[in-house]
Amino acid sequence: MLKASTSASSRIDAVSDPARGRLTIFLGYAAGVGKTFQMLTLARDLQQRGIDVVVGYFEPHARPETMALAEGLETIPRKTIPYRGRLFEEMDAEAILARHPTVAVVDEFPHTNVPGSARSKRWEDVSVLLDAGIDVLTTMNVQHVESLNDEIWQSTGVRVRETVPDWIVKQADEVVLVDLTPQALLNRLERGVVYAPDRAQKALQHFFRESTLGALRELAMRQTALAVRSRVENQVQRVDRVDRVDQVGQVDQVGPVERVAPERLLLLVAADASSAALIRRGRRVADYLHAECAAVYVAKTPEMSELPRADRQSLERQLTFARRLRIETRVLVGSDVALTLVSFARVYQATQIFVSREERGGLRMMLGRGLIQRIVSLAPDMQVTIVANRGVRRRAVSS
Amino acid sequence: MPDLRPDPEALLRQAEADGRGRLKVFLGYAPGVGKSFRLFDEGRRRHERGEDVVVGAVALELNADLQRVVQQLGAVPMLEAGGRRAVAVDAVLARHPAVCLVDDLARDNPAQATRPKRYQDVAALIDAGISVLTSINLEEIDEQQPFIEQLFGRRSAETVPQSFIDSADEIVVVDAPEDPSPLGEIAGSDAQAIALAALRERALLLAADAVQRQLDDYLRANRVDASWGTQERILVCMTPRANAAAMLASGRRNADRFHGELFAVYVNQPNLTAEDRSALARNVMLARAQHADVSILDGHDPIAAILEFARQRNVTQLYVGHNLRRTWQTRVTGSLLDRLIRRAEGLDVRVFPH
Repeated sequence: MLKASTSASSRIDAVSDPARGRLTIFLGYAAGVGKTFQMLTLARDLQQRGIDVVVGYFEPHARPETMALAEGLETIPRKTIPYRGRLFEEMDAEAILARHPTVAVVDEFPHTNVPGSARSKRWEDVSVLLDAGIDVLTTMNVQHVESLNDEIWQSTGVRVRETVPDWIVKQADEVVLVDLTPQALLNRLERGVVYAPDRAQKALQHFFRESTLGALRELAMRQTALAVRSRVENQVQRVDRVDRVDQVGQVDQVGPVERVAPERLLLLVAADASSAALIRRGRRVADYLHAECAAVYVAKTPEMSELPRADRQSLERQLTFARRLRIETRVLVGSDVALTLVSFARVYQATQIFVSREERGGLRMMLGRGLIQRIVSLAPDMQVTIVANRGVRRRAVSS
Repeated sequence: MPDLRPDPEALLRQAEADGRGRLKVFLGYAPGVGKSFRLFDEGRRRHERGEDVVVGAVALELNADLQRVVQQLGAVPMLEAGGRRAVAVDAVLARHPAVCLVDDLARDNPAQATRPKRYQDVAALIDAGISVLTSINLEEIDEQQPFIEQLFGRRSAETVPQSFIDSADEIVVVDAPEDPSPLGEIAGSDAQAIALAALRERALLLAADAVQRQLDDYLRANRVDASWGTQERILVCMTPRANAAAMLASGRRNADRFHGELFAVYVNQPNLTAEDRSALARNVMLARAQHADVSILDGHDPIAAILEFARQRNVTQLYVGHNLRRTWQTRVTGSLLDRLIRRAEGLDVRVFPH
């Protein structure tokens, strides 16, 4: 193994609370790429090194080779939950807590629990385990990352319903890419390795096309690269702090990690559904830039009398969605939208303002009123971005 | 929306028809991530499915698991001289399997060998219609050497040109946690951890670029025109009076942050003054200095020309200048910015006032 030419005297421990468990996500781009297999391989490896590992949840649809890997590991029985006259099986987080292993293996991170479960999402169950100091190995596909929802839709035509908020994915201590070429995956599918034959045919016709798979695979690679970089940058910051104390590190010489002035993004949200795309895009850009991000709505009056009741509910949904992605939200009051927005942007020290293409009344109206022009002229020191409507870019060549 | 995507098998058939073997590369970011395991595991699976697989090259030291697989598959003994080992190309050609496994692609051959490098032997096998599965680490790619030197203070002695990796039909990333223990108890310095992460990021991005290129080729071959690539691509629209320096600097910074690409264009119009022309020439120089891919467009309708270019290059973000002084023209017809924003529906438009 290559050794780094520079060295710091000691390794610094976990980024956050050292008592919290470590989260490792095996990231794939489709069913059948081998996420569970790779996760269980690591679990077995840890077990052989004498670490206390249990299987907290593992999908029973697995292939024989995968099943064989799980056999030597202790499995915590699933919990049975009745719902509408049927019985559903879910992970038993409480039983895992009681058993308190060092490491728990939990398949399918984005899974939604059946109603009646203690928590509605499996990632919430996992958070409980992490809080209790249990390390967790889990699996997910890139299309389940919330902020990628529009990009996935744009490049594959598939709208994914079960998503995991980005801040949850970002908490992972390790994201490991599980890669397989689309050709190999399609072969597996045809041989019936991934799904039973009738389901395989359906999947082949829809989700599992080489071009769709290629686009998702590329996203998974870029997402993993982003996770790797984010962690390195956190580490460099920590090293910087330590350097100031004991002056031992020479990590500056490593080079490729650049430091730029922090950016702050401000999103102008409206009551219509296009704001969801604005919020996701803002989140994504903020993540790449390591920027703070806030979202505001500008109301004409404190009572929001300009909005019909239904729109007020729609706006509330948008703001809730933003908060779910860990974007701070504010409702500002002012009769002049541009002026109110830009004044707040100054207080917030925003470097960029993001607005949606379709505001109430349509883009034409907005341009007609000169809202974008007004924002640009009031905030010449900030960058104003009109966010794309990402549903419209797929079209055919006339050949 | 009608489904325009083609038969996914088309490309495979096309590739199999030309009589050449297929090259599949397992790319790792550091020794020990499990490339050889993945390579031989795929060889074993193919063998079990009835494909004719032989081993052409193995590392000197194999663990027990890998030794078993190599025995099961059968190896063509390697040539050895002066402490170096080479694939016995003639023997493999005579045996002519469907698939040959060649671990450790970057090795040099013994001095007296026909070809100095192992990857050249692999090329000979591919030409003869034998498919090859092989493995390499990022640090063994020739073009990565300046980066490797920056990280580790030295270059790798044996390397493979990037173009050979790019010629692969398939590239698989073999990723692994940098620290194999989720407990984080394995010792190692921060500098080392950072260097490893930098290698890992580079390997992932290199593979992502390869996947994107293959996807583009696939879509072009199948006459599908769509923005499938997921890389961010920034297009800076230069006009004589725009603050091109700020736009380009920001474009470069963002392209780097997003691991994306930077383009810059201006539209050649007949009514430009001499002053405008020299301003544009200056901007083109600035763009080249920021390593932007610069193009000059022609067209009566500048907006249409810009948007057509953006569509062809799968641009995701458009940077445009905006004159803050409203003239009588803009009051009557709406500014260029308004019209551009209206028509650039599928793009993020970032406005730079001047």
